[in-house]
Amino acid sequence: MSDESARDAGFDDWLDAAETGDAYYLDCPAGHTSLPPRRLCPTCGAAELDERPLPETGEIETFTVTHVPTPAFEDDAPYATAIADFGPIRVTGQVVDLDPDAVDTGLPVELAVTSSETTGERVLGFKTV
Amino acid sequence: MTGVRVAGTGLTPFGNAPERTSRDLFAEASSAAFADSGVPREDVEAVFYGNFMGELAEHQGHQGPLMAEAAGVRAPATRYESACASSGMAVRDAVMRVRNGEHDVVLVGGAERMTNLGTAGATEALAIAADELWEVRAGMTFPGAYALMAKAYFDEFGGGREDLAHVAVKNHENALTNEKAQYQKSIEVAEVLDAPTVSSPLGLYDACPLSDGASALVLTSEAYAEEHDIDAPVSITGTGQGGDRMALHDREFLARSPAAREAGEEAYTDAGIDAGDVDVAEVHDCFTIAEVLALEALDLEPVGEGITAARDGRTTADGDTPINLSGGLKAKGHPVGATGASQIAEVSKLLAGTHPNSEHVADATTGVAHNAGGTVASAAVHVLEVAK
Repeated sequence: MSDESARDAGFDDWLDAAETGDAYYLDCPAGHTSLPPRRLCPTCGAAELDERPLPETGEIETFTVTHVPTPAFEDDAPYATAIADFGPIRVTGQVVDLDPDAVDTGLPVELAVTSSETTGERVLGFKTV
Repeated sequence: MTGVRVAGTGLTPFGNAPERTSRDLFAEASSAAFADSGVPREDVEAVFYGNFMGELAEHQGHQGPLMAEAAGVRAPATRYESACASSGMAVRDAVMRVRNGEHDVVLVGGAERMTNLGTAGATEALAIAADELWEVRAGMTFPGAYALMAKAYFDEFGGGREDLAHVAVKNHENALTNEKAQYQKSIEVAEVLDAPTVSSPLGLYDACPLSDGASALVLTSEAYAEEHDIDAPVSITGTGQGGDRMALHDREFLARSPAAREAGEEAYTDAGIDAGDVDVAEVHDCFTIAEVLALEALDLEPVGEGITAARDGRTTADGDTPINLSGGLKAKGHPVGATGASQIAEVSKLLAGTHPNSEHVADATTGVAHNAGGTVASAAVHVLEVAK
C-alpha cells in the first residue's frame, strides 16, 4: 500500500476523468496505445503522446470470480474481475452491478469508478450497458 | 567461452516452516550444495541470490551480503528480484559470468519465507508482482490473474477444468518419491474438481501451495571441474530470458506466454538444440494452467494442444516427455525465490541419474528448466545436458 495521503499523479487524475465520463487513452504517432501515467510510448519510446477519448463501451474478454482476496478486498469477496476490450486499449476492472455468477464474456460494459467495501478506496470498475 | 558445470545442488524441504528465517533456510540449502559438490567454500568468487518478498515477509532488504554470510562464504553477493523468476535470473547471470571467464566457482540459489504471512498476507505479497495501479487496485490477485488466462484459454482453444485437474494429479503423483516435497500424497481428478474455488475457474488444487524453503547450486567452469576432479556430469548449455508488458491486459494474447517463448528460443539456440531434443523438463506450474502455457511456449506442445498433454499421458512419468518429475511447484512447493534454482537442481539430478525419478528418463541427455515471473512478464529458460 502506498501512503494514503499522497495521490498517484497520472493514475488518480485518470480515475478523476473516468468519474466524469472523460476517460482517455494515450496514442503515439505510430498508433501505439497505452494507459497513463507515461512519458514515453511503451512500445516505441515516442515522447509525443496524445490523450484521446476512450470509447464509452467495451466488451468483457475474460473474467474470474475471486473468492480468496487480498486483505484490501476482504469484505468485497466474492467479486468478479474482468478484462474488457475498449478497442484501442484493454482495462482490468471489477464488475460492480451484476451478481458475479451472471458475468460473462462478450457483455458490453462501461467504466464505473466505485469503492472497496473493505477500505473505501477507489476501485476501477465496470457496469453493464 | 567455457562450459558451465553443475557441481553440487542442495534443497531444504519445501513446506510449512513459518518460524524459520530465510537466512537459516539458505544456510541449510547451501551447506547441502557444498557437501554435494566437494568444492571448498573458499573457492567461491561470487554469490547470486534470488528472493521476492523478503521486505514484506521479514522486513529485510539488502539480502545479498546477509546470505553470503549465512552460507559461510566471503565473496561479493547480489540479490536478484524478478518475482517468481528471481532465482532463475540469478542462475542466468551466474552462468554468463562463468562463461565469460569472470569466475570459476559461484554459489547460486534463493529462498523465500512465506507462510509466516498467513494466507491473506501472502496473497497480498504475491500480488505485488502485478501492476499495482492498474491490476492490484482493481482487486486482481495472483490466482485471479491466472484464472483470467485460464478462462481466455478455454474460450480460445477449448478444454476445461477436468483437463487441468490431470496436471495436478500428475504432479502430485511425481512428488510421491520426492522426500523434500511439500505434498507426498496422491490426489484424484474428482478431488481437484470438488475443491473450493479460489478464483474461478481455478480451485484450491489448481494452485501451488504457500511454501517456505531454499535452494542452492554450486556452479563451476568446465576447466575448474576437470582440474579439481569434481564429479559434475551435467552442464548448463543454454540460457535465455524473455520479457513482456507488465499488465496482462496490455499483452497481445491473454492465453499465451510470448516472454517464455522468447526465453526458450534463446536458450535452445544457445545450446544448439531444438524442442524435439528435450527429454525432460521442469516448468513453472504455479497454477495448472501455467504448465499448459509453458509447454506451448517451449514448443513442447503445439499452441492450443497443451491442455490435453497430461490427460492423454504425453507428459506423465511414462510419457514421451515427462514434465515436472519433481512434483513441480504444485506438489513440490513454491518458495518463490527458491524455485528457479531448485528446478535446475531437479533437472541436473534427473540427467545425472541420481533423482528418485531418474528411472523414468534413463536415456535422457537433455533437460529444460522454465521459470516465470508474474503473469510471465519475465521468463528464464535454461538447457541442461549430460556433459560430453
